[in-house]
Amino acid sequence: MTTAYTRTAVALHWLVAALVITALTLGWTMTDMVFSPLKLRLFNWHKWVGVTVLALMLVRTFWRLAHPPPVPLPMPAWQRLFTRVVHGLLYVMLLVQPLTGWIFSNAEGFPIVYLGLIPLPNLVSKDKALGEIVKEIHTAGGWVLAVAIGLHLLAAIKHHYYDRDETLGRMLRWQAN
Amino acid sequence: MIRTSILRTSIQWALPIACATLALVAQAADGDINLPKSSIVATIRQENVPVEATFKSFSGTIVYDAAKPAATSAAVTIEVSSLDMGDESYNAEVRKAAWFDSSHFPQATFRSTAVKAGAAGHIDATGILTIKGKMQTVTVPISVQRVGDATSFDGSLEVSRKVFGIGDPSWDDVLDDKVQVRFHLQGAGS
Repeated sequence: MTTAYTRTAVALHWLVAALVITALTLGWTMTDMVFSPLKLRLFNWHKWVGVTVLALMLVRTFWRLAHPPPVPLPMPAWQRLFTRVVHGLLYVMLLVQPLTGWIFSNAEGFPIVYLGLIPLPNLVSKDKALGEIVKEIHTAGGWVLAVAIGLHLLAAIKHHYYDRDETLGRMLRWQAN
Repeated sequence: MIRTSILRTSIQWALPIACATLALVAQAADGDINLPKSSIVATIRQENVPVEATFKSFSGTIVYDAAKPAATSAAVTIEVSSLDMGDESYNAEVRKAAWFDSSHFPQATFRSTAVKAGAAGHIDATGILTIKGKMQTVTVPISVQRVGDATSFDGSLEVSRKVFGIGDPSWDDVLDDKVQVRFHLQGAGS
């Protein structure tokens, strides 16, 4: 049984973490802005970051299936269950949230051109009614994701400073693959 | 009392006038644009993202005779405030002074001045395009097709935002200057 995360897993974790926080910040900022060139630009950046998260999460999911994470540290059963639920929710939301964003953009009549260079296929055609529904789902999804990240963060802090165990340390250590 | 009788007179006249108007509409010329069967779509490029915006309201007349294509004449008037970007806040924005300034310049027009016959079913229409009070002479290649008892005209035209002053320069980094305008205009038919 392994006790360490692979370097790939550690790198993907922190890369996705940085990108998701960027995407959430951009998402909440841009939607509150008045119509301006910067607003449209931030919308594009938000979409590019989201698509990057989706791609990395696909790699990450397959990597995890091929390289199981280290055995859990000793903790009460309820904590282990709670951990599984939050980790599961994070994986699902990190895959679903970019997809609902992609669908939302297409339904509103905006194709996504990754980095302004690569046109991505439209997942749905322009559909105002669908756009309204997916907008609600994508907005709510942002909050679900934020809450899940908050719980994940609080747990990491609790394990590191209160339990003083290796939970956070394992994700910071740069072990050989 | 007088007011009442005027009102009654107006009502008495209203119906025949309405009927006469309807009769006139029904007798619309062959070349009058049939709005429900026509479309004018502008494709804006925003950081390479093609965004389609549709003009919902326009009218005009295209006089075309397949035997004498060079005698074609076209006059199209677009209500610029009818531009639908797919989002009401965007629609309201592009009506503002920095964009179409639709309260001062409610209409964009194209008036043909010379038409050249091309290959079968093709004409090149030269004319004056007026948007936001500014004029530009343009030549538009058009393909002509018979659709039932009506005639349809398809073409597209590249329009520069700068030439017509649509959108201030702060947008130039985000929005392409060139806007592709694609149209499908169908006559009312006989």
